[in-house]
Amino acid sequence: MWLLNSSIGKKLIMSISGLFLVLFLLFHMAMNVTAVFSEDAYNMICSLLGSNWYAVAGTLVLAAGFIVHICYSILLTLQNRKARGSDRYAVNSRPKTVEWSSQNMFVLGLIVVGFLLLHFAQFWYKMMFAELMGHHQIELGGAMVSTQAGAQFIKYYFSNVVIVVLYLIWYVALWFHLTHGFWSAIQTIGWNNTIWLKRWQVIGNIFATVICLGFAFVTIAFYLKSLL
Amino acid sequence: MDKNINITLKVWRQKGPKEKGAFETFQLKDISQGTSFLEMLDILNEQLINEGKEPVVFDHDCREGICGMCSLYIDGHPHGPDTSITTCQLHMRKFDDGATITIEPWRSAGFPVIRDLMVDRYAYDKIMQAGGFVSVNTGGIPDANAIPIPKKDADLAMDAAACIGCGACAAACKNGSAMLFVSAKVSQLALLPQGKVEAARRAKAMVAKMDELGFGNCTNTRACEAECPKDVSISNIARLNREFIKAKLQD
Repeated sequence: MWLLNSSIGKKLIMSISGLFLVLFLLFHMAMNVTAVFSEDAYNMICSLLGSNWYAVAGTLVLAAGFIVHICYSILLTLQNRKARGSDRYAVNSRPKTVEWSSQNMFVLGLIVVGFLLLHFAQFWYKMMFAELMGHHQIELGGAMVSTQAGAQFIKYYFSNVVIVVLYLIWYVALWFHLTHGFWSAIQTIGWNNTIWLKRWQVIGNIFATVICLGFAFVTIAFYLKSLL
Repeated sequence: MDKNINITLKVWRQKGPKEKGAFETFQLKDISQGTSFLEMLDILNEQLINEGKEPVVFDHDCREGICGMCSLYIDGHPHGPDTSITTCQLHMRKFDDGATITIEPWRSAGFPVIRDLMVDRYAYDKIMQAGGFVSVNTGGIPDANAIPIPKKDADLAMDAAACIGCGACAAACKNGSAMLFVSAKVSQLALLPQGKVEAARRAKAMVAKMDELGFGNCTNTRACEAECPKDVSISNIARLNREFIKAKLQD
């Protein structure tokens, strides 16, 4: 099967799974921004996305997207290191047109995944997972809250300055990952030429900035609210 | 103004493909900045031979930037710090008096070192043999204007055909990928009516050979395009991806 065996096929898998995850980020960001304006609306979204069958199915598809993207990144990185050979250059340079992020996608991806685990432990494990285990209330900072009261979780975690800073670092890593990942995914599909390369790069930069600023806005807004 | 300079060279020496290599340092005095980089290496070898030592092995041929034989990774750049030229077109006026110049061979699993700075680039020939041609039953030479070709396509095909197959792309790539080379060789034919006929077979065969020879997977860092002595664009890589995916979907 060419999709699994050829280099271009494997990259196409990275490209499509990456674009799928980008769409998810857009949805997640839009959902979070809601919380700043109406906590009730946010909690309603949380209850919709609780342990309903469609939310669980969606989560499984999403998890599959993550797993495919991560497994193939490891596979491709290992193959590429092997293709580079055992002797490394003594002197290295990065030409002007080469983005720093493009040469560090795997490291950036590792940072993103690391924070993703933290995020899972703080939110998903205590919300959807707890609900799937049959709990409707969970202990959070000494009080019992509903597993569907997403806004309570946000308020609780984002009142801690350390967690806020950690999340902001996460968004920066994500921004770098997306600025290269977006146009790179399009290039791999083949929808590119000398004119569209610049356009895709600009679109990718705007897209990454909107997503990361959106997430950062929610994080900072809730921290500031906690100070009031 | 060109003047004479003294330089220190750090040159990679390696006895054979399986041997362990190391850097050796040489001093060169009174090198005219008007000499080309390869002439400077000729002077070094002359000096080494007169001292009864083994000369440094490096590849070169036409010395006018069209054959693709010269290589060398100079101070962190394939074909040296200047842009859009091959090593043989590089001159010593690009370097300052007292400079230390590090010269390494192409380092890529696809290009094993033969000796010192000379690497085996036969892998690129094998990729070409897999499909980088137009199968023609010979006959009379047709008139050049017998098949109309849009100017834009002719120009793009010519830009891709500028590739001399030197291997700088794979040498510059952190993934050891040969995609820029393969994409140029696929593009120069896929853009023209004579080459379109076999475009699908060509893309599949050349990519399969490239993968088989152990070249890496492109991650679009654009280092190849920046270091290419012939300025071959990565838009060719997009075209190769397109041709390949299209060909596979048609199967």
